[in-house]
Amino acid sequence: MLLVENLHATAGDAEILRGVDLEVRAGEVHAVMGPNGSGKSTLAHVLAGREPYCVTEGLVTFCGRDLLAMAPEERAAAGVFLAFQHPVEIPGVQNVYFLRTACNALRRSRGLDELDTKAFLALVEDKARLVEMDRSFLHRSVNEGFSGGEKKRNEVLQMAVLEPRLAVLDETDSGLDIDALRIVAGGVNALRSAERAIVIITHHQRVLDYIVPDRVHVMAQGRIVQTGGKDLAVALEREGYAGLGDDLDPAPDSVRPVSPRPVGAAR
Amino acid sequence: MSSARSEAAALAEREYLYGFSTDIDTDLAPRGVSEEVIRLISAKKEEPDWLLDWRLQAYRHWRTLTEPRWQNVSFDPIDYDDIIYYAAPKKKAAPSSLDEVDPEVRAMFDKLGISLHEQERLSGVAVDAVVDSVSVATTFQEQLARAGVIFCSFSEAVRRHPDLVRTYLGSVVPYKDNFFATLNSAVFTDGSFCFVPEGVRCPMELSTYFRINAAETGQFERTLIVAEKGASVSYLEGCTAPMRDEHQLHAAVVELVAMEDARIKYSTVQNWYPGDAEGKGGIYNFVTKRGRCAGARSKISWTQVETGSAITWKYPGVVLQGEGSVGEFYSVAVSANHQQADTGTKMIHIGKDTKSTIVSKAISTGHGQSTYRGLVKMLRSAEGARNHTQCDSLLIGPDCGAHTFPYVEVKAQSAEVEHEATTSKVSEDQLFYARQRGIGEEEAVSMIVNGFCREVFRELPMEFAVEARRLLEVSLEGAVG
Repeated sequence: MLLVENLHATAGDAEILRGVDLEVRAGEVHAVMGPNGSGKSTLAHVLAGREPYCVTEGLVTFCGRDLLAMAPEERAAAGVFLAFQHPVEIPGVQNVYFLRTACNALRRSRGLDELDTKAFLALVEDKARLVEMDRSFLHRSVNEGFSGGEKKRNEVLQMAVLEPRLAVLDETDSGLDIDALRIVAGGVNALRSAERAIVIITHHQRVLDYIVPDRVHVMAQGRIVQTGGKDLAVALEREGYAGLGDDLDPAPDSVRPVSPRPVGAAR
Repeated sequence: MSSARSEAAALAEREYLYGFSTDIDTDLAPRGVSEEVIRLISAKKEEPDWLLDWRLQAYRHWRTLTEPRWQNVSFDPIDYDDIIYYAAPKKKAAPSSLDEVDPEVRAMFDKLGISLHEQERLSGVAVDAVVDSVSVATTFQEQLARAGVIFCSFSEAVRRHPDLVRTYLGSVVPYKDNFFATLNSAVFTDGSFCFVPEGVRCPMELSTYFRINAAETGQFERTLIVAEKGASVSYLEGCTAPMRDEHQLHAAVVELVAMEDARIKYSTVQNWYPGDAEGKGGIYNFVTKRGRCAGARSKISWTQVETGSAITWKYPGVVLQGEGSVGEFYSVAVSANHQQADTGTKMIHIGKDTKSTIVSKAISTGHGQSTYRGLVKMLRSAEGARNHTQCDSLLIGPDCGAHTFPYVEVKAQSAEVEHEATTSKVSEDQLFYARQRGIGEEEAVSMIVNGFCREVFRELPMEFAVEARRLLEVSLEGAVG
């Protein structure tokens, strides 16, 4: 489904991805781990088409199509979903309206009829139960005033409604307490299917106890340096990233949760 | 190409939808303003002497004034002697009923989406249709009369209800008020009049649709709305004009009077021709709007969505005289391309425990410049008065600007004034977030901007809110990418 070959990407003058190779097949769950600054989140954003990252070399093929040639909304239409590490607030836009606009935009691009308000509300309320989200959240502004856990649940709700073929979860587990983690992981597990691939980007082995991956990759300095099964994550948790070789330079805070950016901070 | 992309391209090619002009046989006054022209206008309208005298007084006063220069908008000098002050579609015969309205005029309004057929009830909205200098039709008059509501053109009100007009004309905006209001007082040609008697809730929305059609004319209309004790009325105004290379002046005056426990809600969706992408042509919208909360617990609420005009320069205000009276101002002003807006409100607190709320949303894009200018004044008598002002600006693109000039004068010891202001950009983060979910760029911007304006849009009557959202979309075409 997803084939990443020798992917290089820069942000400004800095080269952040330095030759990533990755293959993900339908039905698989992959975990990408690694210290801060290893390029995990950059990989997620490059897959979703975020400017200002600039791809300098390499290929990304998604379901046989050149993903890098597509606009972000075209990638979404093709079935790529990114669960944001820092979900964005959109004041004044109701969550349910945002979701319906997205859902209908995707349906249009796939040649399906748009859902009317009533049909959509039934769908979204059904999906909201998956992440134990109260319906009052649907009528609040997108992510505005949501707690960290609520934002992450909202991301999983969006994923459930938009039914992507490939979901990339960018540190969806970071900053969650154990209950919230259980809910989020439960939602993601419910969305596992033979047609869908999931890439989990995380610092911690902990989430992988709930969402058991088929493959675990370790990123360091812009490359995938090690690949293995679930056991690799356990070994990493025990030994840290330092055991991976001399060329690695783990950031000191690599095992702490990343503190979230101030809400609504403008770039 | 995705459908969102091609839709965006189609949107970008769409132009000002109301830019057509209609070939109507038009009766014009000679160019320029003079006592003769004023006498001519007054005679055409068969006005009583007191009104002609009032006009002439205003004109003589206007001759002593100079155009104000403190505004934060710039325009080439206006040659007041080159404007045609009176232009009226020639009537085949004076229409005594709606069926006799000139078919060409009717067709023009059909094209604008405004029905003058009462049987096609536009969600029960009564319409006074004003073309250039005169009202051409007013719908639902009989039905309103049964409820005791007078709703007619200003000229008709002068003929049929001279005492009411005489009592209230100039009572909120005196003829000496300001340069443009004074000019209007001298040369005003028509407009709408509404009187809601004691205890009556007006049974339907009232509206005036202003259309400038003739070239090189100015539109100088007056609207006067009076709500007696315990009465209430909701009034809407909409405006469009043809696309022309020359600027056209629209200098209207609106006066509202609310007695004890009365409520007046005045909503504007202003879509005058804004000029082309290079800033050529467009309407100068220099309007004086003011309401007087004369009675205790009365309430006047202004809601405006300003997407049109080359220049918008106005401050719909409320004089809060009655004890416990309430003034509100909700505004969305869009400045795209080379549009300029200097708008805001004036809340003058005189009575005890008066309260005002100001919510202003300014959106700038292209080379647009938006200025919020607002006055909150609390006199010594306004004990316990309160004001809350929220003033938000949204910038889209690198070449636009937003400015805020809040004036606050408080003499009352116990008064409270709050002012909040923010300036933000449609952030790359928000755009990317929406696009990642499959929403195209144009639709994403429109959604974000609509969210920004939500507090104001929800104050609008339903059918106007839909119209306002659509207008906003059209105004923001090509704002991104």
